[in-house]
Amino acid sequence: MLLGIFWVIVEKFLLVGLIISLSMVVAMYATYAERKVAAFLQDRIGPNRAGIFGLLQPLADGGKLFFKEEIIPLTSSKFLFILGPCLSMITALLTSAVIPWSTPLHLFGQDVPLQVADINIGILYIFGVVSLGVYGIMIGGWASNNKFSLLAAVRGASQMVSYELPMGLALLGLLLFSGDLRMSVIVQNQVEHGWHIIYQPLGFLIFFVCALAECNRTPFDMAEAENELNFGYHQEYSSMKLGFYLFAEYINMFISGIVMSCLFFGGYDIPFVHEATWGLPQNVMAIVGFCVLMGKAFFFVFVFMWIRWTIPRFRYDQLMNLGWKKLVPLALINMVVTAAVILWLKK
Amino acid sequence: MLRPPKRANSRFTMNITHILFWFLSVLALFSALMVITSRNPIYSVLWLIVTFFSISGHYILLNAQFLAIVNIIVYAGAIMVLFLFVIMLMNLSKTAEPKKNRWLKLAGGLAGGCLLLVLVAALRNTEIKGQLAQVNEGDIGLIKNLGKELFSTYVVPFEISSILFLSAMVGAVVIGKKE
Repeated sequence: MLLGIFWVIVEKFLLVGLIISLSMVVAMYATYAERKVAAFLQDRIGPNRAGIFGLLQPLADGGKLFFKEEIIPLTSSKFLFILGPCLSMITALLTSAVIPWSTPLHLFGQDVPLQVADINIGILYIFGVVSLGVYGIMIGGWASNNKFSLLAAVRGASQMVSYELPMGLALLGLLLFSGDLRMSVIVQNQVEHGWHIIYQPLGFLIFFVCALAECNRTPFDMAEAENELNFGYHQEYSSMKLGFYLFAEYINMFISGIVMSCLFFGGYDIPFVHEATWGLPQNVMAIVGFCVLMGKAFFFVFVFMWIRWTIPRFRYDQLMNLGWKKLVPLALINMVVTAAVILWLKK
Repeated sequence: MLRPPKRANSRFTMNITHILFWFLSVLALFSALMVITSRNPIYSVLWLIVTFFSISGHYILLNAQFLAIVNIIVYAGAIMVLFLFVIMLMNLSKTAEPKKNRWLKLAGGLAGGCLLLVLVAALRNTEIKGQLAQVNEGDIGLIKNLGKELFSTYVVPFEISSILFLSAMVGAVVIGKKE
């Protein structure tokens, strides 16, 4: 009994370690991808000095950040100044705990599910962590003791709180389809009945816009708005603390890509084919499923970058109008119509 | 507070539950004390968030997962952000805090003491032994059962409270519209 519990703990620890290192590596190369995409969209070459095609650029950037001088200004609170980036990083990494990465692996005579925790409240857990993400920005911005940082923190916080609401409402229609909040059930439901994007295109659109806003990506990057607020909430940060903030943004982007693939695009499901009938070994299936999920997530990360280098930033009042006067009513209509249709079909 | 062991493996799990229970209780009490003793209001809010987290931990111990996560989303995630918001915008600090009257402090202490007395007296007469917490066992807190209960047994109070929320929302909008 004790040994069984011990193995479960070891297994979960390994899985957590793997997922965290995966998120880190993906975030590292997302910075590289961002520069390459920006270069492509602006008809430049982009980073090409470190390694072949500039592939070692993220390492060079990381090294630079590590060796920069650590400056802690005369802040209102040193502790909070350091806590800010830590919180950003923690909340960015926490979300991945409920994501079903693929079908179970078969190792040492037992099934190993590729999901850290298949909890009853899966999607709500993600919302909980996302709603905490705002503290990193707020605390960092306030502790910097800088007017620009404080303004940016307050703007960013109100933006994130405002966009959480339509995000949750947009998901209600989807939850009516799946009938469960577990991430594994939501994905399995799509494997059986087709992807949710077919039934919930409007829900996905709202969710996507809100995901952009929650990740603080352009056109919603109110919190850092380079040309009006200098650098926003992380203006006073230097060295790896700044690195943590920037890194957390890329991790958030990757995770929100994964979440959108899981919720609307079938997770590890391969489109247009019925892969369960191929008769592949279980482990191969799991790896193929994982690659498919990563492919979908990378596509979303690319779309995020594409949008960033195409669309200019919203003005603050436009942002609030979009959130409260357009997205919330749209999400409510989406929910009511979905509920009515489901009720009608069940009769 | 805990049930006597029943299952074969309960000795082990009970121990973990015990440890978690004591850890969360101490954390909840300590952070709650820090909320009222912190000089800086920002720290008070941050400690309050820690308190909410430890309470959510207690909910999870009771297998009330929905309540736990909603507590985090609503209180820790939204309401505390607004608190922080207001405090940061008003730039409250210890220098801005007005000196309190000594008599006011005494009256506050007395009133608080009376409340404590009433609570202790009320607790003394309750039958704690008959109402054991269902640690790790009850499933009423799971989202499906909770939803069914709310929309069947408790549908009238549920709807009344939703109307209350609606009127509060309308009221907030009306107040916000005023110049």
